[in-house]
Amino acid sequence: MTFRERGRSMRLNIKEKTFIRRGAAVAAVALLAVGAGTASNAAASKAPTVTINVAALIPGSTKAAVAEFNKQIAEFEQQNPTIKVNGVQYDWTGPTFAAELAAGTLPDVFTVPFTDGRSLGEAGQLANLTSYVKQLPYYKEFNPAVIAEGIDGKGQIIAIPTAAYAQALQYNRQLFSQAGLNPNDPPKTWAQVEADAKQITQKTGKTGFSEMGANDNTAGWILTTLDYAFGGRMETGVGTKAKANFDNPQAVQALQMLKTMRWTDNDMGSNFGLSWGTSNQAFAAGQIGMFISGSDVYTNMVQADNINPSIYGLAPIPLANNKNAGVLGGGTLAAVKPTATPAQIAAAMKWITFFYMSPLVNKQQAIRNAQTLVANKQPVGVPELPVFNEKQYQVAQSWIAPFINVPLKQLAPFNSGIFKEKVIPEPEAATQAVYGDLDSVVEDVLTDPGANITSLLQQANSVGQTSITSANSGS
Amino acid sequence: MSKTDVMTPRLEKLDPALRAGAAIRTPRGLALGTPARWVKRGGISKLLFLLPLLFVFGAFSWYPIVRLVLMSLQHTNLVQPATWVGFSNFSAVIHDPLFPIAVRNTAEFAGLALIFGYPIPLIAAVLMSEVRRRRGLYSALAYLPVVIPPVVAVLLWKTFYDAAPNGVFNTVIGWVGISPQPWIQAQHSALPSLVLESTWANAGATVIIYLAALTGVNRELYEAAAVDGAGLWKKVWHVTLPQIRTVMLITMILQIIGTAQVFIEPYLFTQGGPANATLTVMLLIYDYAFGNSLGGDYGKAAALSLMLVAFLAVFSLIYLRATRSWSTH
Repeated sequence: MTFRERGRSMRLNIKEKTFIRRGAAVAAVALLAVGAGTASNAAASKAPTVTINVAALIPGSTKAAVAEFNKQIAEFEQQNPTIKVNGVQYDWTGPTFAAELAAGTLPDVFTVPFTDGRSLGEAGQLANLTSYVKQLPYYKEFNPAVIAEGIDGKGQIIAIPTAAYAQALQYNRQLFSQAGLNPNDPPKTWAQVEADAKQITQKTGKTGFSEMGANDNTAGWILTTLDYAFGGRMETGVGTKAKANFDNPQAVQALQMLKTMRWTDNDMGSNFGLSWGTSNQAFAAGQIGMFISGSDVYTNMVQADNINPSIYGLAPIPLANNKNAGVLGGGTLAAVKPTATPAQIAAAMKWITFFYMSPLVNKQQAIRNAQTLVANKQPVGVPELPVFNEKQYQVAQSWIAPFINVPLKQLAPFNSGIFKEKVIPEPEAATQAVYGDLDSVVEDVLTDPGANITSLLQQANSVGQTSITSANSGS
Repeated sequence: MSKTDVMTPRLEKLDPALRAGAAIRTPRGLALGTPARWVKRGGISKLLFLLPLLFVFGAFSWYPIVRLVLMSLQHTNLVQPATWVGFSNFSAVIHDPLFPIAVRNTAEFAGLALIFGYPIPLIAAVLMSEVRRRRGLYSALAYLPVVIPPVVAVLLWKTFYDAAPNGVFNTVIGWVGISPQPWIQAQHSALPSLVLESTWANAGATVIIYLAALTGVNRELYEAAAVDGAGLWKKVWHVTLPQIRTVMLITMILQIIGTAQVFIEPYLFTQGGPANATLTVMLLIYDYAFGNSLGGDYGKAAALSLMLVAFLAVFSLIYLRATRSWSTH
């Protein structure tokens, strides 16, 4: 190409210039239109988005459980477009909770057991939710004894009870059948528990009765449960007048029963370091005939242990013939971080209502919740104690009746028997510390044939008194 | 005369006034040992290279140590405001009924590890050094347990320690007629069980160290011993051990310090149980800090940590002084 030709080709002709001018004009108009649209959208959605982190499932939950939880988040965000929810894996254990509390890394909405709510609130570690909770339409429906677990010493509501449970006797129906016992007739007395445990071990070789013995407060928790079932109390008095009462006769009786089962009947298996999670695991694996835990643990067994539903049986804890005998009850509180902004607290209250409370009080939400759980193969209808009252509980159960997929017939002994038993709250003062102080007593009895029960309880009692005194003095 | 001689005249040639401390100037007029000269010699770039190191050590090593000392004098759960309490944390730790139990268990662990865990890597290394073929394979096999993450190893051994008659170890010992053992399920056998696993997990690293030390032993000494009629064990006793005694002394003190700080085994196997039979000092520190779900007692945890540090420091000083004459150099 010559220089002239090149020059000619580089120069645009008039038509090309016109085309470009017109094209630029069109582009400019289009850009202006888009810009205007964006500005108007921005104006319309100017309501700021609040982001909250919420306690989700425990680590190790199945994919189906996680999918179900995420669906619930999606549904909530659809109903509340200005709130963004992030689920954070969460499992309340004493050590990890203490570390997260100190580090300030707890999610904005988290759960704590009844035992810790008040103390955390009084230490300023939970946001004050009083004004928000009192506006809830179902506020006055709360069982007074249950909502009291979320009220601190100054009368401020610092947490909302979301679930309550009673201790129950978990039993393996399959092992019962294999041992020649009637799975529809679980033991109703402790003598029957001992006899059935012995028979299960003799006929199947499996653990007849398992007791949590881990050094993480669970051993003391179950021992306290047994103590209540025999009519004893680990503490007397309340508040600053609380006193340790570990060496009560009923605790001695309970430990004597364990000692007999362990060393004479030899039907407690060979692993005495089981905790809450590992007990569920071993039970779901068909290794345990009976053990004591909360009435709601079936959910964990489905979510984390892949239990075969046909083996699961639930019965009320046998109570001794003692007017003080009762069932230890506990529960879970939902709380909000004290550093949350007012917008975050408001968003957190909406999440708590949606996720925890509305399935209990709103028929449509209860049905939607149940449908989502069923679609993701999660249990619906796991027995719990009423957070409001028995009537509301039964109504809520009737809403989800078509979706209940837990083996209701197998849970009938518990469902029909629990409301006849007296539910007793956990020891009020320094609860977790008291459980911890009792751990070594249980471990000693289960691992030393010569354990002196009375002496052990007396030693633990003085340690427990120190724990209670320290807790009351705020140190 | 070199350029350096011009730049830095020898001290004895200096004028007395200059020797007394007056600034010595370079030909460019920069005074020796002054900031300007330091900058000229690249002092700033050296400092810039050092800064990341200083920051990392400061942030992750020195600051936490200072914070630990301060915390030991405070009552704090890192949630509510801290209060100064002087030495009451130290007093509370000493008067805690669990403290003597933890100290005793730690001493027992360290003692058992010294008796059983210390000679094993040495014997293994000596035997492996005598082997002509496949020494590399044996070294790899010896080191394999060290490569396995500690948590994985403990969980593996927890399965092995199943106290049921059909548990792995109980099955194996059953082959030679030994009855099933409770392992970690009984107070008398829990701590030795932890020592056994710890020895298995950590011996490999020491074997490699000894193998390296053995390569430095002069072969002529062995030849001379052979000429004198010494057998294998006499060679080991009279030649090998004396030649590597410096390394042995170092590995011993390192083992004692390591076992005094044992945490993973008691935490993962038994959480200090059964009935505090495996509660160690480090686990007690952990319990002070994280055992209370309402907020830990970090003051007591810091106090016990400092007590452990002080004990190990004093012990190390005494040990090094006492063994100074025993080492080769």
